[in-house]
Amino acid sequence: MDTIRLNYILHLADNALILGHRNSEWCGHGPVLEQDIAISNIALDGLGQARNFYQSAATIAGNGATEDSLAYLRDVIDFKNCLLAEVPNGDWAQTILRQFFFSAYQYLLYTKLQQSNDGQLAAIAEKSLKEVSYHLRWSSEWVIRLGDGTEESRTRIGNALEFLWPYTGELCLPAGYELDAASNGYGVDVSSLQSDWHQRVSSVLEEATLAVPETGWMQSGGKQGRHTEHLGYILAEMQYLQRAYPGAEW
Amino acid sequence: MEKNLEEIFQDKIDREIRIEPKDWMPEKYRQTLIRQISQHAHSEIVGMLPEGNWITRAPNLRRKSILLAKVQDEAGHGLYLYSAAETLGISRDEMYEQLHSGKAKYSSIFNYPTLSWADMGAIGWLVDGAAIMNQVPLCRSSFGPYARAMVRVCKEESFHQRQGFEILLTLSKGSEAQRRMAQDAIDRWWWPSVMMFGPKDDESPNSLLSMKWKIKRFSNDELRQKFVDICAEQVKILGLTLPDPDLKWNEERGHYDFGAINWDEFWQVVQGNGPCNKERLGARKKAWEDGAWVREAANAYAEKRKNRQSVNAA
Repeated sequence: MDTIRLNYILHLADNALILGHRNSEWCGHGPVLEQDIAISNIALDGLGQARNFYQSAATIAGNGATEDSLAYLRDVIDFKNCLLAEVPNGDWAQTILRQFFFSAYQYLLYTKLQQSNDGQLAAIAEKSLKEVSYHLRWSSEWVIRLGDGTEESRTRIGNALEFLWPYTGELCLPAGYELDAASNGYGVDVSSLQSDWHQRVSSVLEEATLAVPETGWMQSGGKQGRHTEHLGYILAEMQYLQRAYPGAEW
Repeated sequence: MEKNLEEIFQDKIDREIRIEPKDWMPEKYRQTLIRQISQHAHSEIVGMLPEGNWITRAPNLRRKSILLAKVQDEAGHGLYLYSAAETLGISRDEMYEQLHSGKAKYSSIFNYPTLSWADMGAIGWLVDGAAIMNQVPLCRSSFGPYARAMVRVCKEESFHQRQGFEILLTLSKGSEAQRRMAQDAIDRWWWPSVMMFGPKDDESPNSLLSMKWKIKRFSNDELRQKFVDICAEQVKILGLTLPDPDLKWNEERGHYDFGAINWDEFWQVVQGNGPCNKERLGARKKAWEDGAWVREAANAYAEKRKNRQSVNAA
């Protein structure tokens, strides 16, 4: 079994699933009906991307693995998503900013992943890029609106910026399997995305009249299975039926 | 003059000509429609909550995507319906205000809790099934915007209903624990679904006029009977039962007879005493209040942009 390839694809899948799961928590509780629909749509896109990646991972894992066994029967230590994906939704500002940071990263990542020598990954990247381009536009517009809106929205997005910024360093800090995947031609070396990411993010923050934070100490570990306390709760909820009724068909 | 307008109006109705927002209409017709359409829109929005409750716990990725898409469809239905009601001269904010203050109602069915995954199946099969029964005739409602909105709503609802039935079918073929889950969900959702058609015909205060104006085409009891007849057959495919010992085919009537409805429970839930009334309304109010600063920010930003553009243009 090609463990490195498997880990790399699981990492991509876990990012999409966990962020999608978080966004889905908004469904029915959004601040405006149209935006409730938009965030649910983004959640659905994430789930769709996750399913494509998990299906691809399952063929490598073999041994009867399926998209569902990979999503529902691995524990916290096995999940390889970035910490940013699992932090709580907080208020609308925090959700928006998290999405913006993530979409800017996924946009650059998927753009390059289209050149993967793994045909399936290239195809998933191409399809997902269309979705992510919209997520990036949508979240950028909201960051600007909130930064340049009212005093309250500005304070809130400022707080979100302070809270989330330390989680952004991990996005472009490659794990071992990412470096190997890149050198084998099927993955992307995310360190090469860093300056582009910073530039795109800075230009939107500036338009939102927000100061770009200094890059200080950054949290990391998610890609290696060292998570925040939040992921355990996400999985406890998400995996409950699969765990309580092992082997059942749903 | 007034009488003349009313005659022209009723004549259009009788000849099946749609009434459009700019046409003259009796004030009572307008108010009845606002009440009915906004109540329907609120039901879609409040209805997102009991099912939304299971999005994060759906048992596999396929079910999770389907459920999320379904709940999102309900938001979409709410949107078309609020827009249809707005053509009658009421704003969405005013309608929300009526919902939050308790002045406007929504379907009582959503005041029941969703306790297991099987409830996603039972809601799809029974609740969406009853909704479709009520809504298909509304595609021919005399008010144009409502009828057109309902055409779209019904297409999606029938899809939801099949998905719900399929959830129950899968459970019914599963383990003993899954069959128990499915039967329990049917036991809990059956009677509230039967009540969804509203009071008995002789106790339904708004029905007569609505029939005359062709807002409504069939009586509550007619639709209820049709629903019972269909479900009594479909439940056999599941190998499960409906919780009604009096349910029996009546050869003479060509319909199923069914047991007495607990109307006391029905009115209690309407009046706010259902198991989840407070939570459901509380969740809607919270979403609205928590979102106030977001809406203010969006408005403030739009205003600033408009001003900047007009400065640039000048």
